[in-house]
Amino acid sequence: MANKIPRLNAREQDPAVRATNFEEVSYGFTAEEAQAEASRCLNCRNKPCVAQCPVSIQIPEFISEVLQGNFATAASIIARDSLLPSVCGRVCPQESQCEGACVLGIKGEPVNIGKLERYVGDWALEAAALGISATEADHPSKPAPNGHRVAIVGSGPAGLTCASDLAQMGYEVTIFEALHRPGGVLVYGIPEFRLPKERIVAREIAKIEALGVHIETDIIIGRTLTIDQLLDPPAQGGEGFDAVFVGSGAGLPYFMGIPGENLNGVVSANEFLTRANLMRAFDECYDTPIFVGAHTVVVGGGNVAMDAVRTAARLGSKASIVYRRSEAELPARVEEVHHAREEGIDFQLLTNPVEILGDERGWVRAVRCVRMELCEADSSGRRSPVEIAGSEFEIECESVIMALGTSPNPLIASTTDGLDTNRRGCLIADEAGSTTRAGVFAGGDAVTGAATVILAMGAGRRAARAIDQYVRTKSAR
Amino acid sequence: MSFKILERRVLTPDTVLMRIEASRIARSAQPGQFVIVRVDEHGERIPLTIADYSPSEGWVQIVTQTVGATTLKLNALKPGDTISDFTGPLGRPSEFVHESADTLHSKRFLFVAGGVGAAPVYPQVKWLHEHGIHTDVIIGARNKSLLILTDDMRQMADNLYLATDDGSVGFHGLVTGLVRQLVEKDGKKYDEVVTIGPMVMMKFVAATTAELGIPTIASLNTLMVDGTGMCGACRVSVGGKTYFACVDGPEFDAHQVDFDEAIRRQGMYRTQEERAHHKCKLEYGK
Repeated sequence: MANKIPRLNAREQDPAVRATNFEEVSYGFTAEEAQAEASRCLNCRNKPCVAQCPVSIQIPEFISEVLQGNFATAASIIARDSLLPSVCGRVCPQESQCEGACVLGIKGEPVNIGKLERYVGDWALEAAALGISATEADHPSKPAPNGHRVAIVGSGPAGLTCASDLAQMGYEVTIFEALHRPGGVLVYGIPEFRLPKERIVAREIAKIEALGVHIETDIIIGRTLTIDQLLDPPAQGGEGFDAVFVGSGAGLPYFMGIPGENLNGVVSANEFLTRANLMRAFDECYDTPIFVGAHTVVVGGGNVAMDAVRTAARLGSKASIVYRRSEAELPARVEEVHHAREEGIDFQLLTNPVEILGDERGWVRAVRCVRMELCEADSSGRRSPVEIAGSEFEIECESVIMALGTSPNPLIASTTDGLDTNRRGCLIADEAGSTTRAGVFAGGDAVTGAATVILAMGAGRRAARAIDQYVRTKSAR
Repeated sequence: MSFKILERRVLTPDTVLMRIEASRIARSAQPGQFVIVRVDEHGERIPLTIADYSPSEGWVQIVTQTVGATTLKLNALKPGDTISDFTGPLGRPSEFVHESADTLHSKRFLFVAGGVGAAPVYPQVKWLHEHGIHTDVIIGARNKSLLILTDDMRQMADNLYLATDDGSVGFHGLVTGLVRQLVEKDGKKYDEVVTIGPMVMMKFVAATTAELGIPTIASLNTLMVDGTGMCGACRVSVGGKTYFACVDGPEFDAHQVDFDEAIRRQGMYRTQEERAHHKCKLEYGK
């Protein structure tokens, strides 16, 4: 099959301009552009795109409604499977999921499914803001309360999805969030220029609160309240929830363990991005400080590394990525790498830091690096990087950001008897989300280690079904 | 969320005690733990050690010294006002809460507090007092007017010693001199020293007790953002290994802490904070 219409990409802010502001990079489609791009979908019978979507959004079905200009219907179709289309349209790695499977991609370019999803999601948010009933999700027929209560730990993608599904089944749901603002990684991790907080994230969360989900911020489960206190009956001083879902994410940053890592000027990407995103340190109306030198080196090659390096550039620093493998192995979304390059980010690939050097006051002055080469693929098929002897050199910089990945916070597991973790500190849970402790379910990064928004949403949804079954079985007894 | 200020007491011209309504934190709090406070929508998150708490009455007390924009804003609030966010209790409780009654009864504790550090020492001394354990407490400050919580502390400690740099009350000199006098001249025996105060004071207390051979705990008031282990702003080197003060501490073996690094790391955002403080002072017309 073929399609002569070229793929339409959404217009973007000029790279030179956007590299100095925190406004969103992509403008997204107009209605006309969305319809034009929708016309490229072959509506093929196999729907490989749907099979590759972790939450099985009926992609060709919603695209054909977009083609007809029936945006409300398109929104309803997506809402059956995903409650955060405006988020996922922006942050999903489409090239390795739906778009990666698109038949058009075999000979040409796949349908721009991400931007179409974003268009439909944003259209629905706008419509809801104007008081127009766009989808059933905006004005859900609230089911009769079933008398059961579920506690959700964490208000990131996993928790929000689990909460919304349970609320729609008639459960009374309370989300406990440790930070002062709900959204988890959507607010502290992903920058404003990729995912606007007020216009998109806050509105998507308001949609979930409209379902009757109650969000309590500033509550740290494992400290303010324990899992046991959530489950204990009120007669024993507990909160009396029937079940708990733990979607506490993977928030603990790794460091390299190289000399000089505690010098002033070295921060984790989590700290840097939390200051910029959650605390809005880039805006001088906010009190939280943030530091970048004249040159910032970001170590890592994932989405978080791209977010950090592009944020550093926006704060006025020359900014470089240092990554030990080559371009092909960069774990970041292709679009993020492309955007970073357009914005003038310097890439030092096949390069690994061995030491951070400080000045006499204990501030960073340079990173000593070594060049790497990829050796032959081992039995696992992965080409590991090895140092090239004698290739050491220094990159002068005043700030270093470590974006090496994150692991789950041990706080909940360490304060809950019978809740087991694996070697990497991840909660042990089966496919449905059941943990080793009865009544406690888990999903998202807390179980898998750092992954994607959409995978966490899928896990939250499966856990909601498992929780429903658990509560029904328990109350039937 | 928002949290109401129930009471406010000015302890020194720039140090204010506040009682905050926070029943859940009050029920879970233990000696040695801290809270994270965000004053208002534009505020930063700052860690403050818990100065007292009442599970039955549902409040937590904090004592804040004005050192920057955020603490200036916080200390300007009045009873009945609210603060945006108040979360905790964070960090590990003091080691002694896990020790057996027998072990504790055989131990002699000396607390060495400097300046505003008297506030976090108080709940520890109170807890030990309530469990029938003897404590001696030193509170030091530059001069008499900067000593805080001496009356409260006297109720809980077996012996309270004061030290002032200018000799306006109590021992004339630094707390380290007083520690030496108690141990070397007065023949006092201590099994454990707990020191809380300015980083530089804790450094010298640790050096003194290392010489005297007394195991010592220091509570590190590092920079923090979330306070739950997410950011690593609070990294400290203890015994050559890196720890997060928020989740691994805030209390550590003082003889193993790299205080010079900790002092340096506290100053990471100083220039920017001074700028914000200046701006804030203009706003508050102070």
